[in-house]
Amino acid sequence: MTDKKLTKGNIALAEGAIQAGCRYYFGYPITPQNDIPEYLARELPKHGGTFIPAESEIASINMVLGAGASGARAMTSSSGPGISLMQEGLSYLAGSDIPGLVVNIMRCGPGLGGISPTQGDYMQAVHGGGHGDYRNIVLAPASVQEMFDLTIKGFELADRYRMMSIILADAMVGQFQEPCRLTPDHPVVMPDKPWALKGRDGKKPKLLKSLYLGPGEQEQHNLELKKKYDEVRANEVLCEEFRLDDADLMIVAFGTPSRISKTAIRMAKEEGLKIGLLRPITLFPFPEQQVYRHSERIKKILVVEMNTGQMLYDVKINAHKDAKLSFYGRPGGGIPFPDEVLAEIKKALE
Amino acid sequence: MNKVFGRSECLTDTPTHFCPGCTHGIAHRLVAEALDELGITDRTIGVPGVGCCVFLYHYLSIDVLEAPHGRAPAVATGMKRAQPDRIIFNYQGDGDMAAIGTSEIIHAANRGENITVIFINNSVYGMTGGQMAPTTLLGQQTTTSPYGRNFQTEGYPIRMAELLATLEGVAYSARVSLHKPKNVIQAKKAIVKAFEMQINQMGFSMVELLSTCNTNWRVSPVEALDVIENEMIPYFPLGVFKERTGKDFL
Repeated sequence: MTDKKLTKGNIALAEGAIQAGCRYYFGYPITPQNDIPEYLARELPKHGGTFIPAESEIASINMVLGAGASGARAMTSSSGPGISLMQEGLSYLAGSDIPGLVVNIMRCGPGLGGISPTQGDYMQAVHGGGHGDYRNIVLAPASVQEMFDLTIKGFELADRYRMMSIILADAMVGQFQEPCRLTPDHPVVMPDKPWALKGRDGKKPKLLKSLYLGPGEQEQHNLELKKKYDEVRANEVLCEEFRLDDADLMIVAFGTPSRISKTAIRMAKEEGLKIGLLRPITLFPFPEQQVYRHSERIKKILVVEMNTGQMLYDVKINAHKDAKLSFYGRPGGGIPFPDEVLAEIKKALE
Repeated sequence: MNKVFGRSECLTDTPTHFCPGCTHGIAHRLVAEALDELGITDRTIGVPGVGCCVFLYHYLSIDVLEAPHGRAPAVATGMKRAQPDRIIFNYQGDGDMAAIGTSEIIHAANRGENITVIFINNSVYGMTGGQMAPTTLLGQQTTTSPYGRNFQTEGYPIRMAELLATLEGVAYSARVSLHKPKNVIQAKKAIVKAFEMQINQMGFSMVELLSTCNTNWRVSPVEALDVIENEMIPYFPLGVFKERTGKDFL
């Protein structure tokens, strides 16, 4: 355990970005993610990197676009209102096949909302946000260690598929402290990016764009994007399966609610109840097959979220047709207690 | 016979999509000539905004990145910081820069980003069909100011070159015109000067080019040149509003 250090989630994420080779951060202040820009403003220059306090989140994401198109690993971070402003840029990044990383340390909304933890931005991150037919890779850390590891993973996936990765964490995961290994668990490799714009250098000029006006060109582009997204769906699903083998009920939860649910599951075991947990780590690609496979046997599913029911719909469309779904959600900064989840487990088992 | 004038290597042999009478094509040619003469074509990346300028990559033989509407200065910022030895320029219209992109242009200029901005001011949104822009002249009729621009309801035309010249980060800000051969020669000099500022790492440089949009102005190409002379220049005076001579940062 000596190689672990007590670390705050946001700091682990920021250090993970540096370890991933990210040298460009652009961002605008917003609570509860300010530890990230503050850490990187201090640390990036020590690694020859660049930190720009951008004039807005709109500018931040477009700076990511410019640095990403140059072939660099670049990122920004924000929370609800700022992430909304970035949706235009995210759409352009997707349309132009430019990789990068966006961090959303979720605060509650809509509107200015509050600064308490929530998972109200699931739909925005996973099912769109910006205009057009596109997807982002969405990673949902549930621990400080995952804030570090999934940030590195996010950059690697973004580069591999030339897509944007979003780290979608609630404010709880961003703010709490846990022991964390602050070195990558595998060597970080910077891939070649022959598509990056660096000036033509005597060769044929290169172009990154998202405008397709010719007959059928845009449809062709969308179909090529879909091919890429299908590849991500087939190869990159990550999820944790906890005590599912003999479970009579499966909880599906990500982020903080997954940890609260684990406590509830342990409490339930003391009462002789066999409950398991499926925790999606990637929200896109969603563990569709895992939900289906487990729900073939476990017919009762309880979805626990810190919102009024968003991931619920992804569980619903992937669950076996005979599965019985229930939902427990605490929106607007409410955090479910383990005994509340246990009560919901019992209700669902009736 | 000596060849005294030819097409720049940087300028592709492609007929432009611009309307007959539009001066965009001249602006493209001047940029191409400047890049070739300065010997920077191979290491230049163009970042056009949204509008008639978006097809820059058809006409200039350089790497090009399309930016979202108004965001080109932020995109160029990210690009320049990631590769400071490359030459990065924006090519924006007046709707793009002076309306939706005012925040991005002002802050890129104020940070003194070492980029060059070619700004086409033709007083309307060209590509979308001639709607009123922040640069539309008082009294000018457009599809969205059918009774003529009224300062009491639509405010006044924005003078971007003068506005940006007030910012400390700006190394060069000039307004030129493309309506007469003499002015085209001056415009070329200003564009070369702006790129030289970037090469010499002096900071942000911008050239505003008064340009025709005869289609949306509903006049002939020749009449459009007179519109620049008689209507635009009296409100948008030509000149250099800021020129940094040394690295005399505060």
